[in-house]
Amino acid sequence: MSCEQTETVLHGYFDNELDALGAAEFERHLAQCFDCTEALQGLKALRSSIGVSQLYEKTPAAFRKKVLSEVSPRRPVTIAPARRNWRWLAVAATLLLLAYGTWRIVSFGRADGYETRLAAEVIDAHLRSLQPGHLIDVVSTDQHTVKPWFDGKLDFSPPVRDFADQGFPLQGGRLDVVDNRAVAALVYGRRKHLVNVFIWPTNERDTAPRSGSRQGYQWVEWRKSGMEFCAVSDSAASDLGELQHLIDR
Amino acid sequence: MSNPVQGKGSDVLDSQDQVRFEALVLPHLDAAFNLARWLLRSGADAEDVAQEAMLRSYRFFPAFHGGDARAWLLQIVRNTCYSWLDKNRRVREMTEFNEEVHGTPGATPEALAIEGDNRERLTRALESLPPRYREVIVLRELEGCSYKEIASIAEVPIGTVMSTLARARRQLQAALSHPAREEAAHEL
Repeated sequence: MSCEQTETVLHGYFDNELDALGAAEFERHLAQCFDCTEALQGLKALRSSIGVSQLYEKTPAAFRKKVLSEVSPRRPVTIAPARRNWRWLAVAATLLLLAYGTWRIVSFGRADGYETRLAAEVIDAHLRSLQPGHLIDVVSTDQHTVKPWFDGKLDFSPPVRDFADQGFPLQGGRLDVVDNRAVAALVYGRRKHLVNVFIWPTNERDTAPRSGSRQGYQWVEWRKSGMEFCAVSDSAASDLGELQHLIDR
Repeated sequence: MSNPVQGKGSDVLDSQDQVRFEALVLPHLDAAFNLARWLLRSGADAEDVAQEAMLRSYRFFPAFHGGDARAWLLQIVRNTCYSWLDKNRRVREMTEFNEEVHGTPGATPEALAIEGDNRERLTRALESLPPRYREVIVLRELEGCSYKEIASIAEVPIGTVMSTLARARRQLQAALSHPAREEAAHEL
């Protein structure tokens, strides 16, 4: 490399660290400098290679727990997930038995069992998300930042919109697990409350919103256009209804 | 930015500081672990050192007067890592450096060169860089820090960040194209 800018200004340009004037000046240089043009391609390739390799080291759960017990000792104790799974298995087994009974019972039974299970699970996920460091993987109020963040992390593309003007500012998103599958979780603010909206694809027909409350948390669940939505919050039930209308619109 | 290692720390924060600590600092636990992991090149060591750094940040949190909490925490993590590296350098040079980190016996340069696993290749290349180069790559490319943030974490002028990044990237590219040659990279 013979161009001295290749080892200096090029990096500031590549990292978006130059001011507008500096960037424009460098672009003029770039247009006629072969060294810099080639080096810029190299930097782009390096960055995308680092990006796809996912070098970010995952924090071990045991480490997180140990640190939290020392610096955040008053956190609420979470319910052991294993016990909960057994209860769901029991529910599922009961439903299976019902399925061998009459067709009518199964159609009602399934809906009730499904909702009970789902409500318990999303409320758990909601509580988990409120633990420090768990709420948001991609912090952004910009739907155009949050939506592409899910690309490549999920096998579907969740609808992401900001409703700040309607009183539900988007705060970010993260991956979560509901019903044994990876789902998108969007986090909205509602005054001093947080709302988690879990989204995953479904083959079932659209359904009208069904709601309930459990352990002091409200939930509303519905299906629309091949997506299943479940919103959870300790905010008022009417708030969730309002958010559900906004998302469906 | 105030120096996190000065001033008297307390073992328990008052409730207001506790809430602030949980809201401002704890969300960056992943960043703390990730930086420690890359600086120390070992997950197990990173757990110990990042834990120590988290405890220090907790004790010294009353001295944090706002601003960029992630940069403040990562500065503590970085300092804790370098102290640890200094303390353990001799032991490590004799053991881990030759075996655990730089290839198992039998992994010839040819085998490494044709190895298809991009992540493995990049990990080896990044780990072959000196810590001061490694940290700017990790902070910029993995953590997405701005030059200003890197400058405050690494306690260097912003101009130095740009030139260090330039050298670090060049060495990383070289290590990727010639994995074997970079084995002679020096510590610190």
